[in-house]
Amino acid sequence: MADMRANGIHIEGMRKRYGTGDTAVEALKNVDMRVAAGEVVGLIGPSGSGKSTLLKCLGAVIEPTAGRMTLGADIIFDNGWKISDLRALRRDKIGFVFQAPYLIPFLDVTDNVALLPMLAGRPNGEARKRARELLAALDVAHRAGAMPSQLSGGEQQRVAIARALVNRPPVILADEPTAPLDSERALAVIRILNQMARQYETAIIVVTHDEKIIPTFQRIYHIRDGQTHEEAGEGRSLP
Amino acid sequence: MISLAGRDILHAWGKFVLTSVGLGRLIGVTLTMAGVYRGMVDDARVLLDNSGADFWVVQQDTLGPYAESSSLYDDLYRGILSMAGVARAANVTYLTMQVRRGEGDVRAMVVGVVPGGPGEPGQPGYLVAGRHITRSHYEAVADAATGLKIGEQIKIRRNQYTVVGLTRRMVSSNGDPMVFIPLKDAQEAQFLKDNDTIVQQRRRTAANPAFNRPGVPDLLEAVIASQSANPYVNAVLVQIKPGYAPEEVAGSIRRWQRLQVYTRAQMEKILVGKLIATSARQNGMFLVILAMVSAAVVAFIIYTLTMGKIREIAVLKLIGTRNRTIAAMILQQAVGLGVIGFVVGKIVATFWAPFFPKYVLLEPGDAARGFGAVVVICILASVLAIRTALKVDPAEAIGG
Repeated sequence: MADMRANGIHIEGMRKRYGTGDTAVEALKNVDMRVAAGEVVGLIGPSGSGKSTLLKCLGAVIEPTAGRMTLGADIIFDNGWKISDLRALRRDKIGFVFQAPYLIPFLDVTDNVALLPMLAGRPNGEARKRARELLAALDVAHRAGAMPSQLSGGEQQRVAIARALVNRPPVILADEPTAPLDSERALAVIRILNQMARQYETAIIVVTHDEKIIPTFQRIYHIRDGQTHEEAGEGRSLP
Repeated sequence: MISLAGRDILHAWGKFVLTSVGLGRLIGVTLTMAGVYRGMVDDARVLLDNSGADFWVVQQDTLGPYAESSSLYDDLYRGILSMAGVARAANVTYLTMQVRRGEGDVRAMVVGVVPGGPGEPGQPGYLVAGRHITRSHYEAVADAATGLKIGEQIKIRRNQYTVVGLTRRMVSSNGDPMVFIPLKDAQEAQFLKDNDTIVQQRRRTAANPAFNRPGVPDLLEAVIASQSANPYVNAVLVQIKPGYAPEEVAGSIRRWQRLQVYTRAQMEKILVGKLIATSARQNGMFLVILAMVSAAVVAFIIYTLTMGKIREIAVLKLIGTRNRTIAAMILQQAVGLGVIGFVVGKIVATFWAPFFPKYVLLEPGDAARGFGAVVVICILASVLAIRTALKVDPAEAIGG
């Protein structure tokens, strides 16, 4: 694959239809979106607007019915055509951060983060070294040996961010990453995401309803009835 | 790559160990059932070994003396003893009954043997306490499993016996411990009638004009005397002289004495193949049912454990974990559960086996086969959980 980091993620004319005939539902209608490397954008929309469907398409979890998606110079989907190994793409090129951290409860913090490079076939020692570096960058190195159940909500979310970043993916999809956090911690998470985006040249898309963090985005995509509209955000500086 | 199954087990080891202990008991019962069957076979072999016989001479057309009743005149052994190749021959009787002991009683096989020392056919091979029967009446040697003590008095029919010796592992094919008494006492005990029946029998005989003839005054007395005596035994145990072919000696006894003769191999075939065959099939059914129940339990446990991790599995799939990694995790957990369960089962079976009333023989070969079966059952039982896990949509991790 060519360098996917160069141009971030780009989707064009994306459509997604569920079902067929009279019962067909068009969840996405001609969606366009572009997020550059190192940029953090917000994706906002009411329930049922198509946010989750868009996130699943962006995450290569489901295939769009039509449209084109590129990661850097590589085409992922193109009007019915798709890259052959979506699982490997998800593992190596896309990071996920969820509303709940969904850490693996039976792995300690280090191994939760190191699991992805291990799955990619990297040696355990190298994977753990990379995990510890990220945990240090996210200020949770002191909890490296703890189990997820022993962490606070904020710490868990930082570990989840470390997991999303560990394979240095060109894109991270964050689904309501601040929903369970108070204002201070929510803004801390967004600050971390911005830092990581710049540091690792990662395009980050944050799906959110959280009024606390919406003003921090430079650009926001509104989604309604399966269609996106771009607008400039306030880009309020983070504490 | 780290072992996801191992980490999950270590994380929830309490739940896993408790589940394994429960499964282990079930496996322990299964191993014990196999041990019960092995014990029955071993009891049969011990019964034959301890009889000290090379042949069993029994009534024609019977499978006696253990599988069918057999009656022989008690003087036939003299003719057998005179045949070429026969070193020793001794009468023996077998009678399974309740032997009264104080206020209670004990189930035992009463064996009538010719008083003598070790090496004599029918005698207990060795004693753990006391001495052999040396008198012709009212002495007994008992298997330790009866719980009898040296010097204790027991009652067989109407007679009291003193326990003079104790032996071990002398049991019938049913697992009942043996009590050895002198042959004459045993012959009497086999057909001993109560006083009322004897009086009635004498009256009937006296009322029969064929037996009570005024012209032959001693006839009635002779008939009554023959009715009160028992000249029968169940079998003659034979030892052959060194250098003689067993089949040759057995063949000549069959031909000249017109009796049925069974060699050691034939008698073992009768005991294992016929006498305990039904019990073995019964045990086999239990084993099959227990194996099915174990499989269902493992399947249910693994399925439940997997269903409890659906979200984690969705996340694992979303972040790019291969299906085979997830399948291996579930499979390893199922096999781990089985292995721990087997170890627990083997330990509990070993501990509780001595407390069973019948001999339970836990053979290493059965344990090895059981281990293989447990692993196979666990692999099969994990199929449902693996299928469910592989059907999990990674999109479930995102929700919406």
